[in-house]
Amino acid sequence: MAEKTLLRHLDIPDFHKLDVYAAHGGYETARRVLTTMKPEEVVDQVKASNLRGRGGAGFGTGMKWGFLPKDTQKPIYLCCNADESEPGTFKDRAIIEWNTHILLEGILISSYAIKSHTAYIYIRGEFVFGAQRLEEEIAAAYAKGILGKNIFGTGYDLDVYVHRGAGAYICGEETGLIESLEGKRAYPRIKPPFPAVYGLFGCPTIVNNVETLACVPMIMQNGAAWFKAIGPESGPGPKVYCVSGHVEKPGLYELPMGVTLRSILYDHAGGIRGGKKLKAVMPGGSSFPILTADEIDVAMDFDSMRKINAFLGSAGIVVMDEDTCMVKALEIIDRFYHLESCGQCSPCREGTGWLHKLLSRLEQGDGKPEDIDLMDRICTNMMGNTVCVLADAAAMPTQSFLGKFRDEFVAHITEGGCPMKKRHAHGAESRQAA
Amino acid sequence: MSVQFSQETYKQFEEVLTHYPTKRAAIMPTFWLAQKEFGYLSPDAMEYIGQLLGLSPAYVGAVASFYTMYNKEPVGKYHLQVCANLSCTLLGAEHIIECIEHKLGIGLGQTTADGKFTLSEVECLGSCGTAPVAQINDDYHENLTPEGVLQLLETLSVQE
Ligand SMILES: Cc1cc2nc3c(=O)[nH]c(=O)nc-3n(C[C@H](O)[C@H](O)[C@H](O)COP(=O)(O)O)c2cc1C
Ligand code: FES
Repeated sequence: MAEKTLLRHLDIPDFHKLDVYAAHGGYETARRVLTTMKPEEVVDQVKASNLRGRGGAGFGTGMKWGFLPKDTQKPIYLCCNADESEPGTFKDRAIIEWNTHILLEGILISSYAIKSHTAYIYIRGEFVFGAQRLEEEIAAAYAKGILGKNIFGTGYDLDVYVHRGAGAYICGEETGLIESLEGKRAYPRIKPPFPAVYGLFGCPTIVNNVETLACVPMIMQNGAAWFKAIGPESGPGPKVYCVSGHVEKPGLYELPMGVTLRSILYDHAGGIRGGKKLKAVMPGGSSFPILTADEIDVAMDFDSMRKINAFLGSAGIVVMDEDTCMVKALEIIDRFYHLESCGQCSPCREGTGWLHKLLSRLEQGDGKPEDIDLMDRICTNMMGNTVCVLADAAAMPTQSFLGKFRDEFVAHITEGGCPMKKRHAHGAESRQAA
Repeated sequence: MSVQFSQETYKQFEEVLTHYPTKRAAIMPTFWLAQKEFGYLSPDAMEYIGQLLGLSPAYVGAVASFYTMYNKEPVGKYHLQVCANLSCTLLGAEHIIECIEHKLGIGLGQTTADGKFTLSEVECLGSCGTAPVAQINDDYHENLTPEGVLQLLETLSVQE
């Protein structure tokens, strides 16, 4: 795949501007769709493309749209999930800031398909620049009749509003997002009912990730068969992989879905920094199991990952070299889930707190031999017992760290603290002495 | 009540109301407007917002306290928010924080005596590819180095 789509802005200067986007064929697809196709035909094509959600769960986009009630009297809402808060993930930000109109065109076509006349972009509060960029480009689109009333003279109306979050990871969970948009604390809802039936303001609602919506224009432009031919048929398309941590060239890489993790790390991200050895990789954000250095030949698509008990998640790939302390890494991860647990369900609120406490104790050298099994049991009790899966998102990586790097956890107990820190401190001392 | 939106901000508030079918849904954007105008969400500001939206002070306070980016206390002129999540820590975030603490003589969650700087640790800012990262007020500062951070602090401290 030589041509970039989701990261096309890397090849074309000022691509975020409406006139530049339009000069490169932008909104021609939306115009054709709105003037010549029925909404149902768009849904069918997205279904046929096998597009799966890029927000983390990989749910079929067309199928989700199909769950909307057929003849509702209520308004239907589209929520674009731009909360991007999964640690290790920074792809949506790039699309929002630099490929702004591919997202807006995706929102336009998708809203038309699901018969929505109001779309909200829920963007995390920290993305101040992204929110401003969206406001400016939305205004430009209104001025050109691409958004607002009677779009392309078809009689179809769409309003798009930017709604800023304010620092809460749980607002990325789709029902937390909906609650937050309604002006409440973002406590996720019990499902069912699913948002497609009872969502924002009690109305049928579709929540889709930024990257998911950004895939819609290319599907409508090139056809479902074209899209399905990119990577595995069961979950195809171009994919933006986010690589960070100990690699030579961290950044975003748009590649066909299903490229191997090894290829991403070594062919694209330049390999491990300073010629060091790879120790571990979090392949899909911090909410899923960790992979060891011998597991990186896996294809980075939804189904291949599931086969090795891993998840593609948000494709936030965090790379750790041989000098990384896995206890410290897990302590950071579980601190995050502890801070971000909304506090609604006790297994999550208390469980994430206990995990964080036990790990800090371990890292400081006060761990007890029974702590490892205790943490494992806490995780088991957290999973599947809460309203949303934030508890699982903490438990899954924790159990995988404990399982795959157990020796390091044991060493922290037997050696009364982090052996690596001691080695480093010792090295510094002897260097000083020399 | 001792606070009130300026005319300009009130106009923006009226615009925001048109974005939603309920008044309550406008609470987050209204918080943002208030934080911009008053610096932080004081009890007075929250009472005012409650009156604007027809919500009780208790409700307004409960929503505000859920979201970390709404400041319930005044913060320094420059709010240094250093990411301490995984990718940033792998590339030296702890060292960046130490440098700032040392230079300013404050710890996490503290403000310098002159009210110029507040230092906070924050979670992943969605900028891991350019770690380590800090957000200072609205702006991201990426690929931070200890030298770069010290220089940045110098620049900010002479700025009026
Ligand atoms: C704790 C938690 C956090 C989430 N954060 C995000 C997020 O930041 N962005 C996102 O798109 N999806 C996030 N999701 C997934 C959403 O719930 C939802 O599945 C997604 O937005 C659906 O869009 P998609 O089908 O296009 O992927 C999160 C889920 C959970 C449980
Ligand atoms: S870990 Fe610091 S920006 Fe993501």
